[in-house]
Amino acid sequence: MSSLNKSPFFQIFFSYLPIITLYLSVFNEFDFNYLKNEYFSFSFVHILIFYWTLRNPNHLGYFSVFLAGLINDVVVGIPIGISSFCYLIICAVSAYIRNIILSPNFINDWISLLFTVLLVNSIQVIILDLIFYFNVDYINYLINSVFTFILYPLFFFIFNYLDQKIKIQQND
Amino acid sequence: MATSRDDFVIAFRSAFLKKKDKQKFSLLTLIFLSIFVIILGNLNFKVIKIIKIGINEVIYRTSFIISIPENKIKNINAKIKEHTELYKKYKSNELELKNLKQKKLSNIFLILENKKLRNLINESINSEEILAKVLIDKESPYLKSIVLNRGSKDKVKIGMAIMDDTYLVGKVIEVNYSSSRALLLSDLNSKIPVLLEPNGIQAVASGTGKTHGVIEYTKEEYEDEIKNREILVYTSGLGSLFKPGIPVGKILNDKMNRITFFSDFTQLDYIKIVSYNIESKN
Repeated sequence: MSSLNKSPFFQIFFSYLPIITLYLSVFNEFDFNYLKNEYFSFSFVHILIFYWTLRNPNHLGYFSVFLAGLINDVVVGIPIGISSFCYLIICAVSAYIRNIILSPNFINDWISLLFTVLLVNSIQVIILDLIFYFNVDYINYLINSVFTFILYPLFFFIFNYLDQKIKIQQND
Repeated sequence: MATSRDDFVIAFRSAFLKKKDKQKFSLLTLIFLSIFVIILGNLNFKVIKIIKIGINEVIYRTSFIISIPENKIKNINAKIKEHTELYKKYKSNELELKNLKQKKLSNIFLILENKKLRNLINESINSEEILAKVLIDKESPYLKSIVLNRGSKDKVKIGMAIMDDTYLVGKVIEVNYSSSRALLLSDLNSKIPVLLEPNGIQAVASGTGKTHGVIEYTKEEYEDEIKNREILVYTSGLGSLFKPGIPVGKILNDKMNRITFFSDFTQLDYIKIVSYNIESKN
């Protein structure tokens, strides 16, 4: 098993896993944003982008994020560019936090995520509702923001484990 | 004070303008690029339209391929569920079949009578059907839509009706060369003129963004008129978009104002894209 972990294929695979997961999430029909439950939805992509651009931006390039946004817009059916813009806002907030905080900790990240998700969802609602005249359900966005915030620790734990694994493999 | 402002400016500049080791573009460039894309996407130039169609085609097909494993799992799950409920379904189907056989006889008479009446007022309804496969049915909080494998090369046009057997499902809102997107009736932005039978009340059926629809823009006393009755919702044909009489859904006695659609939008696999040509020779 340890020899498997040291194989170059696994090293490359693990280092590209955040990008692979991001693209699978936007391309796939399955969407955590819509779980056929009125009172439960969360944005997995927002958590993924926030974590990786904050903790290890080398594994999630801004251009990949931009492209993922374009793909998401086409698949979901909203005007092209909106998701890219929102995803890049997350990157901008996380880059700013990375620059002002010397020693990152989980609580800071978690509170920053709440602010970021509220900001991004507000921007999306404003663009869709006021500029493109889409009817949007504000409650859905609010529920989505709350559950994205609540579920962050779970994904933080998973992504942190993956990040450690990538770092160990790179140091081997 | 000045120092903290300087810190903010440095952090801000570093976040937006500096490129990290493996980043090929700065954040600010990409943010401007995405704004540029949003603006470009809404200009109706031919070149932009062609590029947009190209992007849509590639992404729809890729999404369809990537979703294959997930759809296989979904199908297996549905089949297992079907098998476990086989006997129960058989019994209810048997009863339904008996009722339907009785209704069929009176329907044949009504269809013939309807044809005769249309002939009397010199009106004819012609329709053209295109069978299509659902490529993507990714639902989202923003838009309830499906992507179909038929496009402008198959003579699909914006506004054509989408049918699941005889039930209305939605209408085409975007056409690419070999694919198109249809807005489902359940979408918040979907609004179609309907007729509430047996009372014959005109109304507008609106999507809610959930699995059901609601009745809007109708006469005030309609709730009293439909109280304690099962109401069937059909297209009214107003606006000449759809032909009149396509079944949409029903309003159950206990759920006033709420339309339960006849078709299950989560189970759409193959659908019909239909265009109607209503001719009146008067």
